[in-house]
Amino acid sequence: MAEASTAARRPVTPTRPASFWYRERATITGLLFCSPWIFGILAFIVYPTIASFYYSLTQYDLLQAPTFIGLGNYAQLAQDPNMLTALYNTAYYMVLWIPLNILLSIGVALLLNLKVRGIAVYRTLFYLPVLVPAVATSLLWVWFLNPQYGIANWLLSLVGIAGPGWLASTTWAKPSVILISLWGSIGNTMLIYLASLQDVPQDLKDAAQVDGANAWQRLVSITLPMLTPVIFFELIIGIIAGIQFFTIPYVITGGTGNPADSLTVFGLLLYRAAFFDFKMGYASAMAWAATVVIFLLTFIVFRTSDRWVYYQSGDTR
Amino acid sequence: MNASIATSGVHPLVHRRPFRKTVEAVVTHVVLAILGLVFLVPFLWLLSTSLKTDPQIFLFPPRWIPSPLTIDQYRLALTTIPFFVYLKNSVVYCVITAIGDVISCSLVSYGLARVRWRGRNALFIVTIATMLLPYQVTLVPLFIIFRTVGWVGTFLPLIVPHFFGSAFYIFLLRQFMLTIPMELADAARIDGASEFRIYRSIVIPLIRPALAVVALFQFLGAWGDFLGPLIYLTDQTTYTISLGLQQYNTQYGTEWGQLMAASTLLTAPIIVLFFFTQRTFIQGVTLTGLKG
Repeated sequence: MAEASTAARRPVTPTRPASFWYRERATITGLLFCSPWIFGILAFIVYPTIASFYYSLTQYDLLQAPTFIGLGNYAQLAQDPNMLTALYNTAYYMVLWIPLNILLSIGVALLLNLKVRGIAVYRTLFYLPVLVPAVATSLLWVWFLNPQYGIANWLLSLVGIAGPGWLASTTWAKPSVILISLWGSIGNTMLIYLASLQDVPQDLKDAAQVDGANAWQRLVSITLPMLTPVIFFELIIGIIAGIQFFTIPYVITGGTGNPADSLTVFGLLLYRAAFFDFKMGYASAMAWAATVVIFLLTFIVFRTSDRWVYYQSGDTR
Repeated sequence: MNASIATSGVHPLVHRRPFRKTVEAVVTHVVLAILGLVFLVPFLWLLSTSLKTDPQIFLFPPRWIPSPLTIDQYRLALTTIPFFVYLKNSVVYCVITAIGDVISCSLVSYGLARVRWRGRNALFIVTIATMLLPYQVTLVPLFIIFRTVGWVGTFLPLIVPHFFGSAFYIFLLRQFMLTIPMELADAARIDGASEFRIYRSIVIPLIRPALAVVALFQFLGAWGDFLGPLIYLTDQTTYTISLGLQQYNTQYGTEWGQLMAASTLLTAPIIVLFFFTQRTFIQGVTLTGLKG
């Protein structure tokens, strides 16, 4: 159309035949730029996802070709006591770690947002643990929490508390791991809240103060609602990260999940099924079962979000 | 921010009494200092242990200050395991994947952010969706693929995928590219520059800070990666440091002093890197966190 009308007038540029290549040149350019990723998605995500679903319906030990067994793996999964333990451990971890991570990060961010001097120093201090590789985090905490030679229980004894067995105790192993994860995660989450706090309009808080709202009321009615989009985001990230939790319990227990399987989280169980027992089909079924759970949880969070997530009107991105 | 400072200056009603402000500041500092100490204590213990002799390490009750102060644990740690081989492997893994991600993700994000073509929104949605997929789903089939092509035991399974893009970095760079003005690129286009030329000569220089974030994050990710090396690096000569640290656990028990020394060596370069790149870092975290 555009070409036709241009041609009717005096053609400034020579009219080209509207060939397919010419008309679609933007699409071709776009596809070319994106081609590595399109290949990447197909080869490293789409194909493996489909293959994983197929393997989940088979028995496969890598040595012999996969044998189709229908829903056998899923049926076995439903009765596997180890799976039940792993799900319990993972749920325990997620139920405590996700809210604690959000609450403590907001707390630290609020403190840092008070515009006291030396903020940069504190910010760095809280952020440092994030930089420590998970392996080093795990090892240093195992030693820190060592019931006999570690410094943690000695510090507790100073204030008259007899420290627990931490990672060696079935009661305390999970709380210990949650503590370790929090140490490594708060710094990161805190930064995101801090950035978001700086976007809360000061005039709004000032206006509320003039109207007689105290600090707590301002926090609950102005600041926290402004943070809900980030909380929402962190909740989704937390759910996905929770199911993928692996390195810390693996390194702490040397892959065993002991004491008494209290640290056998889902990621660890799946790893053992695939790379110790070479039950590739069974491990794939585990992955799919977990993915369905994750999607359901994420879906629920999404569905409830319009009730509690506040988006500033006219929000720029 | 500047605006808000100006506003509070204008309103005389908002003015707080200085005394209350001082108390507030003191309380805040005390709370922050205590919290900061809690965060710092495990580090101090790590450092303290790494500078002790074995008998000092197994003292009860434990002591903070090493006496005598010694670097023996570091010396031993470097020889108990082939530390420098592992270090070289870690650096290779970090640098090559960082390069791979910078090249591939900048190309792809250019295609998503700056070229108007049908399907770019669909591809972007797919990109976001892939981030929601737990890695466990693709773990087994990827292993089977790489085993079939004979790559298990080499770095290739860890490196090659990064040359085809990573969803998170593509997302990050796309968001960043959307914020840079189009005019310069449009002018170049009118002058007859090809899209690739515009990408290479105009957009790349403008997004350098974001590329630094990608390189930094990937370097850090690969440095600390455990699961990937655990699965694919079956040959001891290819171990990375993260993986090699387990070798201080022998059948005779754990060499705690050496382990803490090696953990310090694993952590220190990252912290040094952080101090040199703090700005980039914090920008990166807030950029990706907020734009979710």
